[in-house]
Amino acid sequence: MTATPADLRESRTGEWFRHFRYVMAENPVTLFAFCLFLMLVVFAVFGPAITPYDPLASETGNALQPPSWSHWFGTDNLGRDVLSRVIVATRLDLLIAVTAVAISFAIGSVLGSLAGYYGGWTDRVVGRFTDTIMAFPLFVLAMGIVAALGNTVENIVYATAIINLPFYVRVARAEVNVRRHAGFVAAAKLAGNSDARLLMFHLYPNILPPMMVQVSLNLGWAILNAAGLSFIGLGVRPPTPEWGIMVAEGATYIVSGEWWLALFPGAALMLAVFCFNLLGDGLRDLIDPQRRT
Amino acid sequence: MSEPTPIPLLAVEDLTVEFRTREGVVTALKSVGLNIAKGETLGVVGESGSGKSVTAYSVMGILDRAGKVSGGSAVFGGFQMIGAREKDLRELRGREASMIFQSPRTALNPIRAVGHQIEDVLRRHTLIRRDALQAKAIELLTQVRISDPEKRYWSYPFELSGGMCQRVMIAIALACEPALLIADEPTTGLDVTTQKATMDLIQELAKARGMATILITHDLGLAAQYCDRIVVMQHGEVIESAATDALFRDPQHAYTKRLIRATPRRDSTLVDLSEAAEGATAADDSKIERLVPQSGVKPTPLLEVRGLVKEFPVLRGGEAAEKGPGFWPFARRGPAPMFRAVDGIEFSIDPGESVGLVGESGCGKSTTSSMIMRLLSQSAGEIIFDGHPISDIPVGKFACHSLRADIQMVFQDPTESLNPRFKAFDAIAEPLRRLGRKMDRATLDGEVRGLAEMVGLPDHLLTRFPHQLSGGQKARVGIARAIALRPKLLVLDEPTSALDVSVQAVVLNLLDRLRRQLGMTYLFVSHDLNVVRLLCDRVIVMNKGRIVESGTADDVLTRPQDDYTKALIAAIPHFDPSGMPDGSVAV
Repeated sequence: MTATPADLRESRTGEWFRHFRYVMAENPVTLFAFCLFLMLVVFAVFGPAITPYDPLASETGNALQPPSWSHWFGTDNLGRDVLSRVIVATRLDLLIAVTAVAISFAIGSVLGSLAGYYGGWTDRVVGRFTDTIMAFPLFVLAMGIVAALGNTVENIVYATAIINLPFYVRVARAEVNVRRHAGFVAAAKLAGNSDARLLMFHLYPNILPPMMVQVSLNLGWAILNAAGLSFIGLGVRPPTPEWGIMVAEGATYIVSGEWWLALFPGAALMLAVFCFNLLGDGLRDLIDPQRRT
Repeated sequence: MSEPTPIPLLAVEDLTVEFRTREGVVTALKSVGLNIAKGETLGVVGESGSGKSVTAYSVMGILDRAGKVSGGSAVFGGFQMIGAREKDLRELRGREASMIFQSPRTALNPIRAVGHQIEDVLRRHTLIRRDALQAKAIELLTQVRISDPEKRYWSYPFELSGGMCQRVMIAIALACEPALLIADEPTTGLDVTTQKATMDLIQELAKARGMATILITHDLGLAAQYCDRIVVMQHGEVIESAATDALFRDPQHAYTKRLIRATPRRDSTLVDLSEAAEGATAADDSKIERLVPQSGVKPTPLLEVRGLVKEFPVLRGGEAAEKGPGFWPFARRGPAPMFRAVDGIEFSIDPGESVGLVGESGCGKSTTSSMIMRLLSQSAGEIIFDGHPISDIPVGKFACHSLRADIQMVFQDPTESLNPRFKAFDAIAEPLRRLGRKMDRATLDGEVRGLAEMVGLPDHLLTRFPHQLSGGQKARVGIARAIALRPKLLVLDEPTSALDVSVQAVVLNLLDRLRRQLGMTYLFVSHDLNVVRLLCDRVIVMNKGRIVESGTADDVLTRPQDDYTKALIAAIPHFDPSGMPDGSVAV
């Protein structure tokens, strides 16, 4: 049996799908989380196309209607369909969370890897820098950043990225540090890899599985953080549909009995966070070759 | 040999154990039967995966959750252990039957003083009064011959050496005077002299208490030396069981015979080993004369080491070297106390020679090889390789230096030294891509395949990740990677210590064949003199950072001059050559 490079590549995709099926079949919780995630992605991508109503069209005569067959999640104070708004909001919330997490993952893992690999002064500087960020109450820090930089969606992304940075730095530093003296690292040096190559192609891929768990958990936090910021009136502005604003706007109506305004966006928020929290282990299993047989 | 007593202390019958895995149910034990009498020492011998540990774990009821005993019985002093309630087993473990494990350091609680850990067992299983506990613990420490037991009582495991930790484990295991001690590879990872001391201690304590001992080991020599009877296991089955001398004099099963032949002895040759090893091809061509330069003039040495010194700062808290600068760079501190790991050694290796560097852990042999490999910088001294003073090149720069390709290494642990995310193909191709001449995909492909063939690695295994390969296959990948660039000097750092004996035999043959085929020079770093002798022309013995003896392999092994070398050779467990099946020739 001889395998050509083309075979290798083909078997790699086939193998990946088999592995994916295995991870999903092995753990029903992961399967459930993955289905939820898929639903979120569908809403985010096709949101505006699949909503029954225009999320921004107000119809004052039809305001504050409880959930019914025509309006599943009811209507808000301006007569807008809550279901449509919840669906459309998915895109913005996911976008903020994913971008923010991607930025903190990219910067954090690189800084952490450098600190873990070189130690000494690099480690000290990076370590104290993250300690400084961690010393603030993170949500207050995010508020401060958005307030100082300006009230825009981009700044919410930056703020969320900055407050999540320390977690990636710490995980990456620890994971690189324990592998720094492993035999395969010495072997890579003997094979003529410079420090940079070694870090990039040998150590960095090996710290991805634990980082994935962090990414997944962080996506949940990031969504909460973005919603929290808009809840207190920073970042996203009405009438843009966004879960945090919708909860904030709906909150005033709860006392008068119109519970659906806050409950449904709140539930969407919860479901999204829940989904990402569950997804973590599954993601790690997917990305770790050692879980494959 | 006394007849076994009619009622055995422990009788295991028809024990069958299954493990649930991703591939379905795997049978780990197939109706295993063994028994042990009071005061007897039974050796359970087999290679990894033969089910020797699983047997012990099932009997003690500490099998992990994926495993299930699906049949059979284990009666210990009239009590059925299989299927017994956890509460009863807990009462029994530690008091009637104890166990000691392979790695003593991980088996001890790292944040509790060892004295207290002994007391924990006493408090759980005996009625000793509280105020007498400490005295009893110290008495136990004295019994396992830990010097200064009053002080060691307060020591934490990290403050003790591996051998001392194992003594503490023995003290804990024997605290309640059990009738049965199960020792699962108790000396793996310990030095030979420490191994001898530990095994002698177990034997002596067992004799004094009339305690039965089950010694689980992969080392036939060790079993031969300390056991009355030996059970050989393979693939979860007991294939042979006999009194020790009978087993070695007249092994019945083909596997036992192979195992005995594959174990290096004082007088065995690579040919003996290869006959035992399946798939070894060296049998005929190993009769070729060793490649020794024939010219009368002394050749220029390939490697010359002059006055090599490595010092590590001694840090408080037992932390190793390599700590960054202090927080205040300008703070003046006195010179840190230094520990000399390598203390001015000198030697040279001629081209084509194979030299063994032997010593126990901490003797500085690995530090020396790391410096020669340029993975570690030296504190003083010179390393001259092929006429180039490589000790002048900074360690960080050497990775991209043109001489890098000429010095390569085979690592000790085949698992740890392979990147878990690289398939076998990429692992072998890596040095070619980095340091080899420019080549296209197809050439690289052919090159890697050629290397795989050379080390006897089947083609289809190239697409596998390290964890999908067996230990022997991983070792082959490691060797293929090391020879990919056709280095002039190959440093072998205990390349077979993590392998089973039959795999070791194959790998040693492979290494010997490759050396002659490619004309490489070997520096073989090892603690195992028997293995070194098989592969090396010359041996250098190190102790405490210094070279204590060097000479031809035969001279050093048969006529050692230094006391340390003598002790080292005496500590190697071996089976009596006179009892050998072929009536071996004495050296």
